[in-house]
Amino acid sequence: MNEASMTKQASDDTPNRDATAGPIRVLVAKLGLDGHDRGAKVVARILRDAGMEVVYTGLYKSPSEVVAAAVQEDVDVIGVSLLSGSHIPLFRELGRCLREAKADHIFVVAGGVIPEQDYAALWDSGVDAIVPQEARAELIVTTIRNLIAARGRV
Amino acid sequence: MNLFSETAIEDIREKQAAWEEKELAAALSSRPEEKPAYKTECGIPLKRVYTAADIADIPADELGFPGAYPFTRGAYPTMYRGRPWTIRQVAGFGNPEATNQRYKYMVQTGQTGLSTDFDLPTLLGLDSDDPRAFGEVGRVGVAIDTVDDVDRLFDGIDLEKISVSLTINPSAWVVYAMYVAVAARRGYDLHKLAGTLQADPLKEYVAQKEWIYPVRPAVRLLRDLIMYSAKTTPKINPISLSGYHLSDVGGNALQEIAFIMAFTIAYCEEVTGAGMDIDDFAPRLSFFFISHQDFFEQICKFRAARRVYAKIMAQRFKARKPESMRLRVHVQTAAMSLTKVEHHNNLMRTAIQALGAVLGGCQSMHTNGLDEAFAIPTEEAMKLAIRTQQIIRDEINVTSVIDPLGGSYFIERLTRDMETEIWKLLDEVDERGGAVKLVEEGWFQQKLADSAYATFQKIDSGEKISVGVNRYVDEASSSAEVHIHPYDEQCTQLQIDRLNAVRTGRDNARVRKLLKELAEEAGSDEANLLPKTVEAVEAKATLGEICAALREVWGTYAEPMIV
Repeated sequence: MNEASMTKQASDDTPNRDATAGPIRVLVAKLGLDGHDRGAKVVARILRDAGMEVVYTGLYKSPSEVVAAAVQEDVDVIGVSLLSGSHIPLFRELGRCLREAKADHIFVVAGGVIPEQDYAALWDSGVDAIVPQEARAELIVTTIRNLIAARGRV
Repeated sequence: MNLFSETAIEDIREKQAAWEEKELAAALSSRPEEKPAYKTECGIPLKRVYTAADIADIPADELGFPGAYPFTRGAYPTMYRGRPWTIRQVAGFGNPEATNQRYKYMVQTGQTGLSTDFDLPTLLGLDSDDPRAFGEVGRVGVAIDTVDDVDRLFDGIDLEKISVSLTINPSAWVVYAMYVAVAARRGYDLHKLAGTLQADPLKEYVAQKEWIYPVRPAVRLLRDLIMYSAKTTPKINPISLSGYHLSDVGGNALQEIAFIMAFTIAYCEEVTGAGMDIDDFAPRLSFFFISHQDFFEQICKFRAARRVYAKIMAQRFKARKPESMRLRVHVQTAAMSLTKVEHHNNLMRTAIQALGAVLGGCQSMHTNGLDEAFAIPTEEAMKLAIRTQQIIRDEINVTSVIDPLGGSYFIERLTRDMETEIWKLLDEVDERGGAVKLVEEGWFQQKLADSAYATFQKIDSGEKISVGVNRYVDEASSSAEVHIHPYDEQCTQLQIDRLNAVRTGRDNARVRKLLKELAEEAGSDEANLLPKTVEAVEAKATLGEICAALREVWGTYAEPMIV
């Protein structure tokens, strides 16, 4: 349990991503008023060290601001770190903004302090994977690679 | 005067050399040590054994006596014999009434001081009905919008009798004004109010990351608070210099102390620059440190910090009162060390860290709940946390002797080495232009982010052991069945209803006039903003309105983008 991320659908382990598509692009985002950015910054470096292109939003971003940044930066994945306990309403709103912007092809990966009992609500909001707080670097990287490998890039 | 005679040291050196050739060499040849080198978490090399020869260079005056300069051995002459540390568990959630109930439960369980966590909108100066507060009201702390909320928070609690710590930073001066207004309304003697405001702006920009205004106006607000509080509420500590958060965001023990001392220097320069004598406010400066995992390093950290602070105040600021040189510290165990995996292990981690804080001489303490890796703690988790402190205080006889590890060759050497490294970091801050400038440039932020990443890599590689996570992993352990503190979905609406009632019931013309006057005072560096803020909260101006009035004048903070 501690070394597995949860994904909404079973993902195909065989990478089929177009190798010419360039590096995976990730927006590392902080949602709402949560100031804890240690984890978000560590994750940004892990993904960068793994060869992904990473954009960090900085703090205090609303769901609509995060979606606008994700569209503008043409990212494959939004990675949100939340430790403020307000993940349910904020991910619900993030999902709504993504659909409204017709950008719900962008994967959403959640991390931070998220109790298991809240996972179902996050799946309903359009979250594609949840990474536990004690995850190793490898798990974080493979979670993202597997999401993209399973569907290909849009 | 040295601690030992030269002939005694010479004798020890000779005998140690003989021991190394004989017993040690034999032991190493039959079985090598597990690691090629040993060091503390902050990187100071450790010998296998320490002797008097290792501390022969330390003058006896560097140790001194408890409650006397340089305070290495403790803040007070009698320490826990005179008064045990205060058991001060922080709590805050939902509406003020919900937190008030938790306080009453904790006092009944044996807690001896109160401590308040505020929700994010309150910290950031936003009312509960602000769109930016969406989803956050009452979540990680209690929601406060008006002076009436502070009254509800402490309903039935005699503020002349119990000390209250308020973990409030960017909007500290407003919540302090509300607290003073409530105390005045109830007819209390303001000189009897005791407690602490966290109110440490520079650590916010580098660590906790809750801010409203640019750096310099935030430091000015602290200056106003310190100067006003010294006269109005002389038993309230207007600031808790929070090394804890520097550690929480990735800093090691040396960075925690050196950086917080750099901030202390900046604040003292700000207040003395405004004409206040150092001895008129320094006795009310208080500190907040972490008690982390490296047991002896942490104990030495507390001792080194007391000595560094005493020297800064005596030598740099020419303080004359001993109270100005005495570092008093609240300690919290390390939230970063808690794991979700096998979360009951967190009880053991916390108990050991709490013992370290006591051996290091803390004045008050918060022990983390075993469920804090999941959510804010339940009542049951807080009870266990309080019991942990009571067991250390009342069952194991560690409070009879002051600084019981003092004089240990190892402890004195490590204390001295850490002090030396802290001075080096402080010199670097001075050479680079001082703390305020370096916060604006993101220098501390980069150092701490680098340190956090290095720590992550040590855990990731298994070099740093986390039991149950990267060592002794129980593959069969399933996701924890943890009872989690429930969130009250109704709490936002109640705050909004109350805000609407306040706004219709008050004299709005008077509120507008006071807010305009406050903004005018903020435009000049001369005025102290506290008297006008107290007037405004008494007229039922909301926290959000007051913070917004100054945002108009000072603008907001733009974060340097550091990853």
